[in-house]
Order: sequence, then structure tokens, then C-alpha cells
Amino acid sequence: MRHSPTGPKVLVALGVALLLAGSWWGLTKAPGEVYMGEVQRIMYVHVPTAWNAMLAMTFAFAAAVMFLFTNEWKWDARMEAAIEVGVLLAFLLCCQGAIWAKPTWGVWWDWDPRLTTTAVLLFAFAGILALRRFVDDPVKRGTWSAVATVIAYADVPIVYYSVRWWNSLHQMQSSPATVSSAFHLPLRLNAFGVLFLMTGFIMLRARIASLRLAEEIAPPPADALGELA
Amino acid sequence: MTGGYITGGWGFVWAAYGWTAVGLAVRSSETREEDMKRSRLFLILALGAAAIGFAILAGSGISRNLVYYWTPSDLRNAGDKAYGATIRLGGQVAPGSVRMLNGVSALDFDVTDKKSIVHVKSTGAPPQMFREGIGVVVEGTMTRAGYFQSDRLMVSHNNEYRAPKDGQQVNAKELIRTTKGLE
Repeated sequence: MRHSPTGPKVLVALGVALLLAGSWWGLTKAPGEVYMGEVQRIMYVHVPTAWNAMLAMTFAFAAAVMFLFTNEWKWDARMEAAIEVGVLLAFLLCCQGAIWAKPTWGVWWDWDPRLTTTAVLLFAFAGILALRRFVDDPVKRGTWSAVATVIAYADVPIVYYSVRWWNSLHQMQSSPATVSSAFHLPLRLNAFGVLFLMTGFIMLRARIASLRLAEEIAPPPADALGELA
Repeated sequence: MTGGYITGGWGFVWAAYGWTAVGLAVRSSETREEDMKRSRLFLILALGAAAIGFAILAGSGISRNLVYYWTPSDLRNAGDKAYGATIRLGGQVAPGSVRMLNGVSALDFDVTDKKSIVHVKSTGAPPQMFREGIGVVVEGTMTRAGYFQSDRLMVSHNNEYRAPKDGQQVNAKELIRTTKGLE
């Protein structure tokens, strides 16, 4: 009986606790924005989701490079985990963005550079997950999806620079100087909350992927071979 | 505009990325194991493709060639091309220019980029954030009559988020009044 490690569980618990604290502070203690009012509070989940989605994709990229460089299966499992959590965060990011956009911009969605490149990112990485489902051979699956991950990752800096290269509907990156200090604490609490939650999820998901891989790669049991002979 | 941003300092970062790929290629050619060599070759090809793709995007002046909206100056400079086509116009709502017609169903205002001004007629209720001095992106067509007919009005705010000052209350009434000058 394999028992699961406590590390990721602690991270998930810590992440949930920080998210609860940050969201409580953001919803009750922090004031609403002077022009946007209450709707600005969605910032406390939208911005941490955006940062951590990019971080998850970056870890997937690093894992893909490590897999192709070392051919160690643990990197394939970590890549799969990071892409899956990254896609989940990118999907949530688009939903939260739409909810924020409707009352402030007046539309749920528009094909502005930031939104379009983010959608490309979401679909590219979701496509890699689909690719993995279609390939039965673990070696081919690992290699192809790692190559696709490295190429798809080129979109991450484009997402980041999209608001600088092009004129866009989405505003440029904020900095602590452009955000009132009253909003900093809930933003930071939730940023670390999502970070810990994401890290815990990636660790747990990578473990599942590893166990599946071990089953796939393991040679058939000796008695099965005996029957064939 | 910001094209030099990438071709300048960031060019070094991407050059480093490319040279790392070359370095890995040299290293991997020294390993004996066949499939290891092949997967590293894949890595190099993938890194190369990603770097080249990004470099083309960053260096090709795509920020000038691919535009999300035209500024009032762009619109003026486009001449006849501006008429009839569906375009997006972006800029600031000129202070003192907002007029509401037919109750709340139509809106008149000027969009400016501090160099040129385009008069906009818009249908439909504006988003809550709409006010004088704020950024907007309007979708529609330039008419021969000299104004821009918009059927989609989007508010574009900047990256500043401010808490109300002491004693200042955020409430719905206050927010509605931020479109002052409409009456």
C-alpha cells in the first residue's frame, strides 16, 4: 500500500487558508475602488490567477526541457501535471476576466491583443493535453508533448508584452505604485494562496501521472510470460 | 513605438536563448546513447522554433502592422480608407464633450488623442465606468457627414486602482454621478 506524501496536502491546506483570509479581507476590510466600486474586488482572484497560470506554464516548460534533456520519466509526469493545472488556471482567468470586463469595459469579451493571446495560450496547452490522450506509446507521447510545450511556451512572453506592443483594451501591468496600499494585503495573501494551492495540486497530480507511467512501462509479470511460453 | 523595446535590450536575452540551444546541440552530439541524442535534438529544434517564432513577432514591427484600434490621428490620416469600413477607434473622451440624447439611448462625445478629435455618435447605454476623460474604444464606421457612428462602446481604464480618500464614500449614487456633464 503506497501512502500519499503529506507535503502537498500541507501546501493545499495552507493555500486554502491564505485564500480564505485574503478573500475575507478583500471582501470586507478593503474599500471598493473609487470609480469601479465593489466590482474591483475580483482583482484579488483575477490577478493571482494570472500570475500563477503563467508560473504553471513556466514550470511545464522547464519540465519539458528537463525531460528532453535527461529522458527521466519524472519530468514527463511533472510536465503533465503543470500543464493540466496551468490550463485550469488559464480557463478560470478568462472567466474571471469576462466577469470583470462586463461591468467595467461594457463587454464580456473582445479580440484585443491581451485577450486573444491568452485564449491562444489556453487552447495551445489544452491541445497538448489532448495530444497526450491520443498517443499510447509513452516515449512518443513524452517527446512530442514536450516539444509542443516548448514551442507553445513562446506565447507566454507574448501574453506578457501584448499590452505594451499593441494598443489594447486591457490596461498595462499595474505596479504597487499604481495600486492603493489598501488593496495590497488581500492581493498578496491570495497570490500566495493560489501559489501554494497550485504547487500542491501539481505535486499531487504529478504523483498520479508517475504511478500511471510506472504501470505503463512496467514489464508484464513473470507468470504472464510463463503462460505465453 | 515600442518596437525598439525588444530589438534593444531584450534582443540579448533572446540571443542567449538561441545560443543556449546551440550549446545544447553541441553537447548532445557528444553523448553516445541514441534516443537520448534524438530527444535532445528535438529539444534544440523546439527551442529554436520557439525562439525564432518569438523573435519574428518581436522584431518584425508587428506592433505597427497589427493594430487593435486606430487613434483619432490614424483615422484622419487614413483619408478615404476610413469611410465605410468597420473600424475601432480608441482614445480619450474629451472633457466637456459628452451629451446625452433621447434620454439614455444615444450618446454624443468627442474622442481625442490630444492631437486630433473625432466626433462620435453612439447608440445604447454606456458602461458604468464611462465618464469624461476616460479611455474608450468604439467600434463602427466613419460617416461622410464627418462623425463616427458607433454601435459598440467599450471603456478602457488605465492600470491605476485607487481607494477612496478619507470620508469619501463609494456608493451607487456617487458612481452614477461620475458621468457628470450628461444632463
